[in-house]
Amino acid sequence: MSELLLEIEDITLRFGGVTAIHGVSCHVNEGELFSIIGPNGAGKTSIFNTVSQVYRPQSGDIRWKGKSIMGTRPDRVAAMGIARTFQNIELFPQMTVVDNLLTGRHVAMKQSWLAGAMWVGAAKREEMAHRRKVEDIIDFLEIEQWRKHPVALLPYGFQKRVELGRALAMDPELLLLDEPVAGMNLEETEDMARFILDIRRELGIAMIMVEHDMGLVMDIADRIMVLDFGEKIAEGTPEEVQSDPNVIAAYLGSSDLHVANE
Amino acid sequence: MYGRPNLYTSYKQESQILPTWSQKIVLGIFLLILLAMPLDLWLTEQIPFVRFLGDNEWLPLINKVLVFAIATLGLNLLAGVAGQVSLGHAFFMGVGAVTAVFLGGQSSDNLHGLGLPIWIWLPGAGVAAALAGVIVSPVAVRLRGLYLAIVTLGLVFLGIHFGNTTWGAKFAGAPGLGRKAPKLDIRLWKEETPLINLDDDGRWLGFDVSDKAKTYFLLLGLTVIFAVMAKNIIRTRTGRALQAIRDRDIAAEVMGIPEFRYKVIAFGISSFYAGVAGALFSAALSGQVLAADFGLFFSVEFIAVLLIGGAGTTAGPLVGAFFVVMIPKFVETFTKWLDKTEGGITGKFADVALTGPEGDFGVIYTGVQTPGWQLNVFDWNIVLFGFLIIVFLIFEPLGLYGVWIRVRNYWKRWPFSY
Ligand SMILES: Nc1ncnc2c1ncn2[C@@H]1O[C@H](COP(=O)(O)OP(=O)(O)O)[C@@H](O)[C@H]1O
Ligand SMILES: [Mg+2]
Repeated sequence: MSELLLEIEDITLRFGGVTAIHGVSCHVNEGELFSIIGPNGAGKTSIFNTVSQVYRPQSGDIRWKGKSIMGTRPDRVAAMGIARTFQNIELFPQMTVVDNLLTGRHVAMKQSWLAGAMWVGAAKREEMAHRRKVEDIIDFLEIEQWRKHPVALLPYGFQKRVELGRALAMDPELLLLDEPVAGMNLEETEDMARFILDIRRELGIAMIMVEHDMGLVMDIADRIMVLDFGEKIAEGTPEEVQSDPNVIAAYLGSSDLHVANE
Repeated sequence: MYGRPNLYTSYKQESQILPTWSQKIVLGIFLLILLAMPLDLWLTEQIPFVRFLGDNEWLPLINKVLVFAIATLGLNLLAGVAGQVSLGHAFFMGVGAVTAVFLGGQSSDNLHGLGLPIWIWLPGAGVAAALAGVIVSPVAVRLRGLYLAIVTLGLVFLGIHFGNTTWGAKFAGAPGLGRKAPKLDIRLWKEETPLINLDDDGRWLGFDVSDKAKTYFLLLGLTVIFAVMAKNIIRTRTGRALQAIRDRDIAAEVMGIPEFRYKVIAFGISSFYAGVAGALFSAALSGQVLAADFGLFFSVEFIAVLLIGGAGTTAGPLVGAFFVVMIPKFVETFTKWLDKTEGGITGKFADVALTGPEGDFGVIYTGVQTPGWQLNVFDWNIVLFGFLIIVFLIFEPLGLYGVWIRVRNYWKRWPFSY
């Protein structure tokens, strides 16, 4: 059995009177593709934000490789090997694709501001080496033609890809994907699914994927957790989740699950 | 590279500041012209503008452009690249100027001064200002937008107030009087005759050079160094981190960029530039250190330079400094020239604006005093720049640099409109 990577234990997150997450526990193993589904406002994005420690849950514990990360600064959490993409694209719009991905290499790079300012040999070599790494990711995601474009000028589907690339550039051990195919057409969705599967197969990176596209989730997820109003109502393999009475009740009338059942 | 000068052949080449040969040659020629400008050469007399910009009448203004460029290159790293709009730039310049005069000035009964050479007082001015920047930054870093602007504005008033206290006056000179700035001369230590004399006219490499031209060469060298360093910071790891924080602070943090640390770095570097520029302002331009010089108007002027030139780029501060410092003089000279050739209403305007301190030209009152609501020529300059700032903010956030990019792209694509 593979090792435990991330454990979320009984976390509760409140915003004033709103309870976004209510006593949720789950875990992710090494190399696993774990998926979180649930209606809008169920608290999926909030889970990501607690894992990155952008939000601090009022109670519960989050452990990374057995050690609690509660109260750790977001940038430190990132440096531990947790990367993420955002539901609404959060790229650096004025930077080129290459610079966005190079920003993802920030933690891996070591040069000081002074070495960079003086453009000393070591800083120069470091920039080159990481540039090569970034080019590999650009090839992998098939975004060569956009390399030198400011990302704000890219079509939506490609922006989503660049954001995935930026997260990959961080050499993560766990990747948090918030609705990676939202707003995409069928072809773009298939491309993205292919990239996600390749990431798991070739790079062995564990992932948590939040997604509304049930077809995609049921196809590629190892395990699924279902949230509703901030509470976990089911967890298990795609088959278990689809036949769970709680889930069927929560999704009653929704065509999403039918698609998956066909 | 067989006749295709715009193709990149390696990442190394692509990551150079000027990746193609044509760019290198153009910049090389430009730098050569800048070097030759103040010299009495046949060539410099043939190029428009360069012909007269190198004259002693114009050189002090060019020197001012260079000092403003250094100051704005620093402000750009903080406001343009890291997105922290600070009105405290004048304060850090003042810290630099006062440190410089303490290290490099002469002491007397009521003034402190160590009389050290320029290679100590100039970096010292930068370091002291950078320290001041780092000390203030923990407060500043927690503020955003307007709040940051207001708090940093407070610094400017604090600085002037400090300069006017009894204790402060021992460093900054008596209130309203100031003190003599340190000398630019290059000395090894405190010897009588300097290694390189920058105070008097002289001959260098067989060319006659005035004291202003000598100052110009020093400032030009420093500007090039500071511009290259700014460019390097922007295009490497630190610059990307600063831009990331500016554009998406949360995304930057969850990518492993410590926001606090990088904002402190931005304040430090930017203040270093300001300190050096402040020291140069007093030593190379005004000749004196006067606390009141480093007031609010100064801070606003650099914001204007940055916005007009183009925030976030390295070329922006250089273009902006040239524009903001030179345009009033160009306008003045142009109207003078019109007056000589045609006379008439422009001539009258120019006459009044240039020669008649008591003159009155409609709403433009050209006297030194400004009675009532009427505006004098200086006020009109402020109005003009205020207007330009608004125009650029609304229509071209990249400033003159953005205009240039558009023109360039237009010609690149010509004759295709798309
Ligand atoms: N920063 C915030 N401030 C206040 N309420 C928030 C904040 N973030 C999320 N919420 C609330 O928490 C709940 C869960 O939101 P979210 O995690 O974004 O849901 P999902 O991603 O599942 O659609 C919603 O009711 C939302 O309004
Ligand atoms: Mg969401």
